[in-house]
Amino acid sequence: MVEPQTVKNILWLIPCLPLAGAVINGLLRRRLPARLIHIVGCASVFLAFLVSVSGFITLVRIEEPHNRLLIQSLYQWLLTVWDQGRFSLDVAFRLDPLSAALCLVVTGVGFLIHLYSVGYMAGDESQGRYFAYLNLFTFSMLLLVLADNLLLMFVGWEGVGLCSYLLIGFWFSDLEKAQAGMKAFIVNRVGDFGFFVGLMLLFWTLFEGSSGGITGLGFDQLTEAIPLLGSASPILGVGVATWIALLFFVGATGKSAQIPLYIWLPDAMAGPTPVSAFIHAATMVTAGVYMIVRLNFLYAIAPVAMTVVAVVGAVTAFYAATIALTQNDIKRVLAYSTISQLGYMFLAVGVAAFSTGIFHLVTHAFFKALLFLGAGSVIHAVHSNDMQEMGGLKKYMPYTYLTFMTAYLAISGIPPLSGFMSKDEILWATFNSHLSIPGLGKVLWALGLLGAGFTAFYMTRLVALTFMGNFQGGPEKEKHLHESPLVMTIPLMILAVLSAVGGAIGLPAVTHLPNLLHDFLSPVIGGHGSSGHEIHAYGLEVLLMVISTGVALTGIGLGYYFYLKRPELPGQIKARFAGMHRLLFNKYYVDEIYQALFLRPVLKLVSLSGRFDLQGIDGAVNLSSRITAKFSFLVGWEDLTIVDGAVNGLADIFKRWGAWIRQVQTGRIQHYLYSVVLGIFGLCVFMLLF
Amino acid sequence: MVPEHILSWMIFCPLIGAGLILFVPKRYPTLMKVIALLATVPPLWWAANLYVSFDRWDNGFQYVEKVPWIEAFNIHYFLGIDGISIPMILLTALLTFICVIASWNINEHVRGYFILFLLLDTSMVGVFSALDFFLFYVFWELMLLPMYFLIGVWGGPKKEYAAIKFFLFTLVGSVFMLVVMLVFYFGSVEPATGLHSFDLTILADQSVHQSFLRNHTIRWLCYLGLFIGFAIKIPLVPFHTWLPDAHVEAPTAISVILAGVLLKMGTYGLLRISYPLLPDMAVAFALYAALFGLVSIIYGALCAMAQQDMKKLIAYSSISHMGFVMLGMSVFSNTTAINGAVLQMFNHGTVTAMLFLLVGVIYDRAHHRDIDGFGGLAKTMPIYAGYTGLAFFAALGLPGLSSFISEALVLVGSFQQYKIITITATTGIILTAGYFLWTMQRVFLGPLNKKYAELPEISLREAFTLTPLALIVILLGFYPMPVLDLIGTTLKHTVAMVVG
Repeated sequence: MVEPQTVKNILWLIPCLPLAGAVINGLLRRRLPARLIHIVGCASVFLAFLVSVSGFITLVRIEEPHNRLLIQSLYQWLLTVWDQGRFSLDVAFRLDPLSAALCLVVTGVGFLIHLYSVGYMAGDESQGRYFAYLNLFTFSMLLLVLADNLLLMFVGWEGVGLCSYLLIGFWFSDLEKAQAGMKAFIVNRVGDFGFFVGLMLLFWTLFEGSSGGITGLGFDQLTEAIPLLGSASPILGVGVATWIALLFFVGATGKSAQIPLYIWLPDAMAGPTPVSAFIHAATMVTAGVYMIVRLNFLYAIAPVAMTVVAVVGAVTAFYAATIALTQNDIKRVLAYSTISQLGYMFLAVGVAAFSTGIFHLVTHAFFKALLFLGAGSVIHAVHSNDMQEMGGLKKYMPYTYLTFMTAYLAISGIPPLSGFMSKDEILWATFNSHLSIPGLGKVLWALGLLGAGFTAFYMTRLVALTFMGNFQGGPEKEKHLHESPLVMTIPLMILAVLSAVGGAIGLPAVTHLPNLLHDFLSPVIGGHGSSGHEIHAYGLEVLLMVISTGVALTGIGLGYYFYLKRPELPGQIKARFAGMHRLLFNKYYVDEIYQALFLRPVLKLVSLSGRFDLQGIDGAVNLSSRITAKFSFLVGWEDLTIVDGAVNGLADIFKRWGAWIRQVQTGRIQHYLYSVVLGIFGLCVFMLLF
Repeated sequence: MVPEHILSWMIFCPLIGAGLILFVPKRYPTLMKVIALLATVPPLWWAANLYVSFDRWDNGFQYVEKVPWIEAFNIHYFLGIDGISIPMILLTALLTFICVIASWNINEHVRGYFILFLLLDTSMVGVFSALDFFLFYVFWELMLLPMYFLIGVWGGPKKEYAAIKFFLFTLVGSVFMLVVMLVFYFGSVEPATGLHSFDLTILADQSVHQSFLRNHTIRWLCYLGLFIGFAIKIPLVPFHTWLPDAHVEAPTAISVILAGVLLKMGTYGLLRISYPLLPDMAVAFALYAALFGLVSIIYGALCAMAQQDMKKLIAYSSISHMGFVMLGMSVFSNTTAINGAVLQMFNHGTVTAMLFLLVGVIYDRAHHRDIDGFGGLAKTMPIYAGYTGLAFFAALGLPGLSSFISEALVLVGSFQQYKIITITATTGIILTAGYFLWTMQRVFLGPLNKKYAELPEISLREAFTLTPLALIVILLGFYPMPVLDLIGTTLKHTVAMVVG
């Protein structure tokens, strides 16, 4: 039994163990043998996992749920003081049920992915760099999760963005991959801009509301002061709380790839596949959801912002699913699927089902990580991302196939697998929600349901093209097909078990069993959230479950019919609806539209500024110097013809002087220097004397 | 631990070194370099001592030295430092030491180079510790001369143009300053003695101003004159066009000093002279100053993105980053912004020094700085790419590195007073990320340019100049209190004085 006090004092170990791993592997990447790099990389995350587990157990053992909070304040980070107030922040870590749950996911799933990477990256010449980046990411993500104030959270928030940039462009010699990394970082910066403005607006509104009482951005402080937002005068007719909540949400759309800033995530698939599993599916992209749940007290008083979140979430969930229907790159299908699933999470938090959002975050971390790792295993064998070159892999890769199928059924929403549990809870909460527009909840529910059907369909298509039928990559490749090594398949198996039974942490009300996750998170969420648990309409709940299961089965059935039973059908439909297919295949041309709308005007402005600086401002400077030169020439000419005559005599004297002084002007630097230094010494002597 | 007259020692120690170099026979260039290096070591040691012994709670001047100098005009040799000057003194001591090492490959006119360099060192420390307006002006002008020759003799192909441009621009600024100085001298009377005064601590006392100096128009003109003088140095758009040229032509170490230390003299001058002498005008002009800051941030970033020459790009990025200092210094409703501004002065000094040193490294190898002329260098020079990555991310304000703290403090602080300006300035962080990452990509990523497949990795000497800066950049990102501690008390006092 570990004392809470002890755990509190070692909280810093959770992020800093992976940091130590990153530093060791980063600095010694050329000296250490590969084996040692693997041990450092994996062990540091595993140890962080152990500390997280002990933190979790300690929290659970605290009797009174509202006392389940451990804060370790390490040191004073920032401090500025003035007469009317101060701005002061600590580097402090906060372990409460929410961050504890996230720490378990990040370090637990993270460890499995590190382990898998040992096999996946075997033979790559820069493994040291890879593991250093991966550990650095784990550190940043844990910093984001554990931070006790908004600015420290922002450090983690951008830190994960940096690691994402580094890992997307890990194979940087490929220009396209490097560009994908850059795109990810810059699109995220657009979101961060919103986040940062929200942060400033929040602080100063509270500061002025409390006449200097607020001194920082700590979460406890903010929770306490948040009612003050209600009394602040609205900006442009919209409440300040709504503005702030929306600005933070802009940050979330960047990090968590929602409309309109989702465009970086599909390109981010350029990174190594374990990275896609870890960063771009299980952890980093869920940071936006985490942030909103962390700030649930803010969103609770901004119903309009909540509605926006819910609508954006639902629309993204549906929209991304339609794009996933037509993609041929296995990782891209999964990327759009991730965007879509993140949409469900935002739908959940948007309808105030905060714990449900976290529930889906956790189960999604299991099954989507598994899908990506499975895809990685496939790519490892086939050496291609194109599903048209796959097929029939189930007989060559039985473990990958079986585990992948578990995740496939989970994401498709087949009861009682984890994906069904969490997605159904979201739909149930949406159906019962009270958004600021009446009836909107039902519309979003329908949209979510339709998206779920599409999900089942595109996942069936993916499974059919990769694992079923016959291998399409040619006989040469077929000879080399092989199952991945144990170090890769064991993480797959563990994740498969979690994807299957992970739903147990959030059982629906109709079972009359406790919803463990919801109860555990309730101290953080307080009275703001719902998970549908308090609604006792069991008949309706069961009916909706049956409907959503039916929709999932329909999706699967259609997929089966199109891609296995009548494989010639998709081609015919493609030909029939060529325009529609082109639109979807080209992702609604959003990238092209953004390019024309934002990128090109900015570049135009850039080249304009550059030219203006050279020809406008500097041109004026040079022009004025030329005019001065001309003018002095004129003066000189006038001097020569008119004034000169009068001063001829004087000039003679100067001439003689000049000839004498000219000897000093030798044109040699050393001589000038002597005189400069002598002059300064003379000055010093002068100073001393007078 | 702290010797008496420590500030005088710090000022004149380099000059002693310069005097010694004068007598070294021409055939021992290395000896000259060693002497130059040794002349920068004691100031570094004293700077460390100052850092330790500086009283963080004292809002007045410390280590004061005051002796009459030219009694006929009541001019004093008056030195002293407070929280505003000490980070600049530390920065100067550190960067001059590093720059001597970075200048080790100078092989023509070695004697002249190092003498001028040490002279520059003297004038910089002098500017940051002078408390007499006249003495300040002397050091300010003294700096011009070595800088002119250092660019004009050891510079690149267009060195004459750049040197003269630098000289003329700065001279115009100095003329404004000179006039204002004289106005203040004749416009004020020291009550104790009945004499005119150049003493900045006395001139800050508004009651010594005579009726002439209380005239609103005169005060406006004085403030404007000083502001233009300092704005040229910072430089703020549109007074900036000397900077890209000077940087492109100057040798590496001189670029480092120019961006790392000299630019800060502009903002330092505002804090040391304009604000205390004309506090009412500082408040009245604040909005315009903030706008100047904003324009510099955005316009500098846009121009930076348009550049092909790496040094020009960094020069424009300096303009953009110094815009943050100006913005932060225009806020008087809290001290968060101004703390951020002074911290940014220090942080920009270390980060931009790294950037110029890094460009120097590649220029020494490839003999050009064309961003599009490289490609894939991370393959051949991974350590160099690592240092550059760190410096780039520091410059684009990545949280966890030093510049983020200062820019965040500036933005957070400014937001209280200027909502729209601050929000617009915040978009600068997107542009900055854009041009640095784009440069990163064109130089280091993508397929390797075969021409540079054999470039040697960064040398031990080069790594030695970069490492201390890199460590500071990382340390101050996670723990900026060492600098915030130094400056907080003085800045609280400054803001109270300006508003009060």
